[in-house]
Amino acid sequence: MNDEALSGWRIRLAEKGEQVAFLKDFLKNLFRGGFEWSEFIRQCYEIGYKSFTLVGTTAFIMGLVMAMQLRPTLIGFGAESMLPKSLAVSIVKEIGPVITAIICAGKIASGIGAELGSMKVTEQIDAMEVSGANPMQFLVVTRILATTAMVPLLTLLGDVLGLLGGFLAININGSVSLLLYFNKCIASLGFSDLLPAFIKTIFFGFVIGFIGCYKGYNSNKGTESVGIAANSAVVVASLWIFVIDAIVVQVSNTLIY
Amino acid sequence: MRDLTTKETASDQEHENVLHIKGLKKSFGKKEVLRDINLDVKRGENVVVLGKSGSGKSVIIQCIVGMISPDAGVLQVFGEEVSSLNEKELKKLRTRIGFLFQSGALYDSMTVRENMEFPLMRILKLRNQAEIDKRVEEVLKSVGLFESIDKMPSDLSGGMRKRAGLARTLVLNPELMLYDEPTTGLDPITSREISNLVLQLQKKYKTTSIIITHDMECAAITADRVLVLSDGKFVAEGSFEEVKISKNQFVSSFFK
Repeated sequence: MNDEALSGWRIRLAEKGEQVAFLKDFLKNLFRGGFEWSEFIRQCYEIGYKSFTLVGTTAFIMGLVMAMQLRPTLIGFGAESMLPKSLAVSIVKEIGPVITAIICAGKIASGIGAELGSMKVTEQIDAMEVSGANPMQFLVVTRILATTAMVPLLTLLGDVLGLLGGFLAININGSVSLLLYFNKCIASLGFSDLLPAFIKTIFFGFVIGFIGCYKGYNSNKGTESVGIAANSAVVVASLWIFVIDAIVVQVSNTLIY
Repeated sequence: MRDLTTKETASDQEHENVLHIKGLKKSFGKKEVLRDINLDVKRGENVVVLGKSGSGKSVIIQCIVGMISPDAGVLQVFGEEVSSLNEKELKKLRTRIGFLFQSGALYDSMTVRENMEFPLMRILKLRNQAEIDKRVEEVLKSVGLFESIDKMPSDLSGGMRKRAGLARTLVLNPELMLYDEPTTGLDPITSREISNLVLQLQKKYKTTSIIITHDMECAAITADRVLVLSDGKFVAEGSFEEVKISKNQFVSSFFK
């Protein structure tokens, strides 16, 4: 049993080493010439544009439900007017970035993991390598950069639609103009709220792309490994999102307050 | 026919050799897959390697192209020792070698045309679209797949995928072609077509070929020389007809 546990730890440590080597390889290829612009744009479209509906709908419903849940509590304190501020702070600082990232981990990291995993199984990655082409640059660099660029944009969309959902919920039971609502929301947010929230979405995007690519690119050559790559990409990326969230919040609180 | 269980393959005209392998060894964990591989391939030659599934045939060509590092031995391709090449040199060497995978390994997010364009644009760095189109069309016509130029790989049959995979490797005009079981998974008629195509293309593009297979008809059609692999060593070598009448029980079992 002890031997088994020890061997499990060895495997995990070896995997961490492989991840560091993969990161080094990514950085080396990032600064190498011949960037694959057309593939990068295609990936931005696949990753960003095709996630708009899912992220937007989820964020809208989250905002709607949050406002519905918060309203009775705030009314109890006689603080109904604080509803836009509460929604703005919670959505922009925490719920928007984290929910968007978790949705993207589920949709994008698993998609990348499965795609690269199946390319590995069907020897497409090997074919690129033995032909003298650079699969790291074509498949990995483009995908990681695309997620790093698209997740912040998706978060921005999620924040706006989440606030719109909150606006709808407020107007079901009360009445407030859209202009006044958004004025109150924006007034309640400072630069120190927006900057850490934005920075962490960049890290979220990077980790989603990186874990998806790592799991897919390093999957074994069996059919079931495609499923394993997709599944573990979601699990590990989601875990990293919460870890990064905690670190960024702690660091920004230390620096700002 | 020579019995190689006790002899080593000798290279008598070293300068003509495209490939020189001596004492190649490779193990995976405790399993010794290649124990003592000796092989010399001359320019323009079609060499077929026969062997049981899992005997390590594919490992030989994976070593040749640098996908797998051998544990010991000499492995020279075009006079260069593969294990001593750095990343850049290995990449350069690979542009002179074509590798046809068992599955064809077509990039399934790209059309047949884009599959052909991929190596031309990235390896030969061609930018002139007219020249790219000309080369793509020419190679697709030579494998009889021009009508499927804008199809996705998922719309192609098994035989068509192999043809497209073959075209993608030939589009770079490789000097050495490595075929990993080119007829596996195909019906007898398509297998015969692919084997004949391999032979035609070898003559047209003047390539040197190493064909890994356990399909005897493919070996009969394509081989100038046949080598039989067993227990990590070549146990027989000769023309197809010579190997066919071998008294070695293992070798003769292939022809029953």
